[in-house]
Amino acid sequence: MIVQDSKILLEVRGLRANVNGTEVLKGLDLTVRAGEIHAIMGPNGSGKSTFAKVLAGHKAYEITGGTVLFEGQDLFTLEPEERARAGVFLAFQYPIEIPGVGNGQFLRLAYNTLQTQRGKEELDPLEFDDFVREKMKLLEMNPDFLDRSVNEGFSGGEKKRNEILQMAMLEPRLAILDETDSGLDIDALRIVAQGVNHLTNKDNATIMVTHYQRLLNYIVPDFVHVMEAGRITKSGGKELALELEARGYDWIESTEKSSSKKSSARIAA
Amino acid sequence: MSNAVSLMPTNNFLAHLLAGHPVLSVSPVGYFNALRAAALARANALTVPTTRDEEWRFTDISLLTKLSFQPVASINDLQLADIEKFFITESHTRLVFVDGVYAAHLSQIGVVSGVLVTNFASALTTHATAIEAHLAQLAEFKNNVFAALNTAHMNDGALILLSRDTAATQPIHLLHIATQKNVVSHPRCLVRAEAGSQTTIVEDYVSLQDEAYFTNTVSEFSLADNTHIHHVRVQREGAQAFHIANCAVTLARGSHYQSVSVAMGARISRYNLNVLQATEGGECTVDGLALISGRQLADTHTCIDHAKPHGVSRQLHKCIIGGAAHAVFNGKIMVRQGAQRADSQQTNRNLLLSNRAQVDTKPQLEIFADDVKCTHGATVSQLDGEEVFYLQSRGLSDIAARNLLTYAFGAEILERIPVLSLKRKLEQAMLEQAGLEQAGLEQTALKI
Repeated sequence: MIVQDSKILLEVRGLRANVNGTEVLKGLDLTVRAGEIHAIMGPNGSGKSTFAKVLAGHKAYEITGGTVLFEGQDLFTLEPEERARAGVFLAFQYPIEIPGVGNGQFLRLAYNTLQTQRGKEELDPLEFDDFVREKMKLLEMNPDFLDRSVNEGFSGGEKKRNEILQMAMLEPRLAILDETDSGLDIDALRIVAQGVNHLTNKDNATIMVTHYQRLLNYIVPDFVHVMEAGRITKSGGKELALELEARGYDWIESTEKSSSKKSSARIAA
Repeated sequence: MSNAVSLMPTNNFLAHLLAGHPVLSVSPVGYFNALRAAALARANALTVPTTRDEEWRFTDISLLTKLSFQPVASINDLQLADIEKFFITESHTRLVFVDGVYAAHLSQIGVVSGVLVTNFASALTTHATAIEAHLAQLAEFKNNVFAALNTAHMNDGALILLSRDTAATQPIHLLHIATQKNVVSHPRCLVRAEAGSQTTIVEDYVSLQDEAYFTNTVSEFSLADNTHIHHVRVQREGAQAFHIANCAVTLARGSHYQSVSVAMGARISRYNLNVLQATEGGECTVDGLALISGRQLADTHTCIDHAKPHGVSRQLHKCIIGGAAHAVFNGKIMVRQGAQRADSQQTNRNLLLSNRAQVDTKPQLEIFADDVKCTHGATVSQLDGEEVFYLQSRGLSDIAARNLLTYAFGAEILERIPVLSLKRKLEQAMLEQAGLEQAGLEQTALKI
C-alpha cells in the first residue's frame, strides 16, 4: 500500500557492483517507503538477483559505487547477519539444503538469535513449537517439515514455503523475495502469495524480484520497475507489469533505444 | 609349543612389545594355546608396516615404534563413580576392561534369556566348542602383524553369544578404559549371532589420562542367517594414544550388519574393517565419521567382500579434519566372480576446516562379476560460501554459521547411531570440538 509521507526504509543511489571483475550493477536508484510493495522485473542477466544478494550482503559482490541506506543507516557497514538483525530478509531463489540440521532446530536457532539481538525473550522448545506451528498453518505446511533436515528433499514449492515461513517468524522490515515464484505450481504460488500478503503491513516493505508477471497477479505491487543491464530503466504502477507481459522486454529495449537516439539527436543539434 | 610366549621375537619393536610380558598361563583349552603359538610365530615373521607398504602408504606409524609399551603391571582400582560418565543409560549389560584387564566389579550383566555376555576367561571351558568355531577364524593374522600380536596375547576378552531367535533389545556396552601411560593392551571381542537373533553392540574406547599408550584390538563378528546386528564403535581415546584396530565380520544368508564407527580420539588411529558376505543375500551398512584436529591422524581401511550373489552394501564415510590433522580413507569393494546382482554404494565425503588439514582418500572397486550395480564417489571440500551466507542472512554470525555447518556434516553419521543417549553425548562432543559451545548455540537450538 502506498502511504502518504511514510518513512523511507530503503534508499539506493547510484549503486554499482562487480562480480569477478565484471560490472553487473551500473548505477541503480530505488526508494522504498514503509507500506510499499515493489516489483523488480527484467530479462535474465539484467542484475535483478545480484541486486537482491547485494542488499543481503553476499560476499561475492564487490560494491564499486553508490550508497544504500536502510532506515537511514549505511547498509554496507553491516555484516550479513547484522543486516538480518536490523530487519532485512532475503528469501532465496535457491534455498540451501542443510542435511543433519533439523528444520525445527534451525528455525528456532534463527528466531532466537534475532530475538536475543532485539533484546527480547527466547522461546524454549515447547513454546517455539506452538509458535511455529501457528505460522505453518498460514502456509499450509505439514508439521512434519519441522522434523526433516533443512530443505533436504523438499520440493521446489516446499522450499519456497519454508522461506516464507522464516519471513513470517522473523518479521523483517524489508523483505526481498528473489524469484520466489520460480518452480511453483499454481496452488503453491497461491499459498506462498497468500502468506506474503498476510505479512505485509503499513510498517514494512517488500521487494519482489521476478522474471514473470504471474506472481504479481497474486501479490499486487504498488510499483513496478524494469531492470536492464544493471539499472532501472523504467518505473510505473502495476499496469506496467501487464504491458510488459503483453509486449515483452524487447519493447522496453526498443523504447530505450529510440529515446536515447532522440537525446543523442538533440545533442547533435 | 605349550606356551605361546616362549618364542623369541625377531623384530625390535615387536620384541619390546613381547619382552617382559608376564608369561601367559597355559590355557586348559588346547586350541587357545595353539592359536597363541601360531600367532606369535606370525608376529615373529612379520614386520611393522611402514609407508612403503601399499596398505600403509599414507599412514606413518613410526612414532608408535619409537616408544616402548608394557602390559599393565598393577591394576588401577577404579570405582563405579570414576567411570560413570561413560555409561550408556539404555544399556543394562556392560563389560568393563581397565587397561585391557577385565573388571568384574565394574561390569554389569543384565540377564536376557538366550543371550550370553561374559568375559572369555569365565566361558572358555563351558563354551569351548562355540568359541573354538569362530575365534581367530575371521580376523586373519597371517599377514597382519597387529592382529597376530593381539592373538598372541589373547588371554581374556568380551564374548557375546546370541542363541537362535533371541533378541537383546538393550544395547550391550563393551567399555575399554585406559588409565595408565606406556601401557599396551590387546582387547579382544568375539560375537556369534545364531540364526534369527538380533542386538546392538557398542564397542567403546575411552581414557582417563592424556599420555601415550597403545590399544591394539581385534573384534570378530559371525552372523548366521537372518540376523541383524548393530555395531557402534566409538574410538575416543586419549590425546596421545595409539589405537590400532582390526574388525572382521562374516555374513550369512539374509543377515544384516549395520555399523557406525566414530573416530575422534588418539594421536594415531587405524581401523581395519573387513566384511565378508559369505553366503547369498548378505547385507551390510558400514558408516563412519572421523572428527580430528591438531596433529591427529585417523585412518579407516574397509573392505567389503561380495563373495556371493545378491549382496547389498551401503557405505557413507565422512571425515572432518581441522588443524594440521590427517585423515585417510581406503574403501575397497570387492565383487567376486559369480557374485551377481551385487548392489553396492560407497560414498566418502571429507570436510577440510583449515588449509593445513589433509586427507587421502582411495575408493577401490574390484569387480569380477558382470551383473552388478556398484557406485562410489569421494569428495573433498571446504565449507560452502553459499551455505554460510544463507545462515548469516538468518542472523547467525560467520563463525556460528561455520560451526553449525560443520556440526551438520558430522551429525548425518551420528544420526545413524541407534542408541539415543550415546548419540546425544557424541553430538555434544562434536559441538565442543567444533567450538559451538563458545558460540552458545547448543542451549538455543541443538540440544533438545
